[in-house]
Amino acid sequence: MDTIIGIGLDALAYGMLLFIISIGLSVMMGLMRVINLAHGAFAMVGGYIASYAIRQLGLPYVVAVPTAVAATVVVALPLEFLLFRRIYGGAEPLKQVLMTIGIAFAVIGIVNAVFGPTIKPIPLPGPLHGIVDIASHTMAVHRLVLIVAGLVIAAGLWLAVEKSNFGVRLRAAVDNPDMAAALGIRTDRLYLVTFGIAVALAAFGGIAGAELMPIEPTYALRYMVTFLVVVSVGGAGSTTGALVASLIIGLVDTAGRYLFPSYGMFFTYAAVILIVELAPNGLARRSA
Amino acid sequence: MSAVTARPSPLRGDFIKLAAVALAGLAALVLFPNDLGLMTRIASSAFLVVSLDLVTGYAGIATLGQAALFGLGAYAAANANLAGLGEPILMVAVGGLAGAVAGLIFGAVVLRSRGLAQLVLTIALVQLVHEAANKLSDITGGSDGLSGIDVAPILGAFRFDLYGRTGFVFALVLLLATLAVLSVIVRSPFGLKLRAIGRDPGRVRTLGAAVMPALLVTFTLSGAVAGMGGAIEAISTGVVGLDSVSFERSAMALVMLVLGGSGSLYGAVAGTAVFMGLESIISAANPFHWLIIVGVLLIVVVLFVPRGLTSLAGDVRRLLAIFGLRRDKR
Repeated sequence: MDTIIGIGLDALAYGMLLFIISIGLSVMMGLMRVINLAHGAFAMVGGYIASYAIRQLGLPYVVAVPTAVAATVVVALPLEFLLFRRIYGGAEPLKQVLMTIGIAFAVIGIVNAVFGPTIKPIPLPGPLHGIVDIASHTMAVHRLVLIVAGLVIAAGLWLAVEKSNFGVRLRAAVDNPDMAAALGIRTDRLYLVTFGIAVALAAFGGIAGAELMPIEPTYALRYMVTFLVVVSVGGAGSTTGALVASLIIGLVDTAGRYLFPSYGMFFTYAAVILIVELAPNGLARRSA
Repeated sequence: MSAVTARPSPLRGDFIKLAAVALAGLAALVLFPNDLGLMTRIASSAFLVVSLDLVTGYAGIATLGQAALFGLGAYAAANANLAGLGEPILMVAVGGLAGAVAGLIFGAVVLRSRGLAQLVLTIALVQLVHEAANKLSDITGGSDGLSGIDVAPILGAFRFDLYGRTGFVFALVLLLATLAVLSVIVRSPFGLKLRAIGRDPGRVRTLGAAVMPALLVTFTLSGAVAGMGGAIEAISTGVVGLDSVSFERSAMALVMLVLGGSGSLYGAVAGTAVFMGLESIISAANPFHWLIIVGVLLIVVVLFVPRGLTSLAGDVRRLLAIFGLRRDKR
């Protein structure tokens, strides 16, 4: 019983982290129809900047995190109108894969040249360091915060997509970009904003999840596979789909590590193949 | 217009390119006698990239999991060797057979979906094989790699030497033979159908041709080629590491293919040779600078040279023809 609760809590924290990082990827895939293999690189860059801001510049955690998120967005936005904009639309997936993997390679190389090849820790402030008791099971506070942050982001995105004016435009552009543009929706601006939000969420996830996914140069490719898996299992562009998929992957992966540690991620990938075979369009087909 | 007689036979063009590969190989043998290990790895990797070209360049299916077939061929050949099979040609046959079976299964799983789901399936498959290889250390050696491969002389006559000369010539001859067979296949009606499927599978289906069986055959063929490459690498290096079934290796193969020019067998070979040659020089200085160069090169190629760097040769020829410096054959 104790093991089950332990697995459940860890799986929840890990799943929420996957959700925070992957949801931006999912929305970009649903809206701009682009397979972005550089998404993990944005999470990594966020982590590097945060680590640098705290350890070298001595900024307090609460200041460093938003600064790092903002800095990552500032660095990434030029890529949107220089590079990403040219590969939007689902016509040439190979082109998208190659360009974005190229961006990921370049970011890995640059980050390593600037910061070096070692793992960069992101020191947590005192209050996040502690341990709390949940159902007679101890849990690190920062994991609890991760779960709460994931829930807040999920709720915020759901409200933004379903209830706001922005969400109406977004859903219109997902359903039919040409018609949306013809009706006066500035789709290029919409894409830019969505890209910015996706990068910001990735960067935040990279920082908040540094305990579970350590920040080092190969981060960008090492975890990219997991993020892609979440999106394809959840269905591109679906918030609830991504949430459910993140929790499933988090659960399968955590349970596998607890119960059959020597198998690595074997069961995770087996589950992914099974789910994708059964539901090729993802668990939730509905867009954004 | 004596178009019929003036036009060189397409097979002649293939023969020239094949001869060029053979000459380049022989030149490497003479010019880089101390780097034959690298040259052999280039030849075995060329099998992987060419096999990827069949699936991606010709049949139009993007995969990031091709190394699974390569690695399974390597493991099969190595295990056959450890079980007592010494003859390298038979080991390559075992690798090719294992790759073909794996390719058929791989294709059957992957072809059920399209787009992102398909790409993720290819990644999940290679990762699944990787995790399984890590776990099944009895037959794969796990993360230490499978070593102890002891190869007999080829046909009982050509012993593998310390400098890797025999290994390289062995790999080169097999590569040339494979390329010769594949150039006939891609020019055959089947090859043309494959190109058509790559362009627009829906239209091919509408025309009444069976798409699915053709793709399964392609995956099987591609698996055989990749498996042979894996076996050759196992024979020449004497070990099979976990990296031979990795996502990274698959992604790099795709990069080599695209830089060289997908949809052309010789573009795939040229891409492999140039990429791995430069990699060994630049990575020796700093592996991460190499990553930056590859990344930027990929972006540039995707934006400006979509048909790959070998297509630039054709552009130069056309440019020369425009300026009257060279008589255009057509």
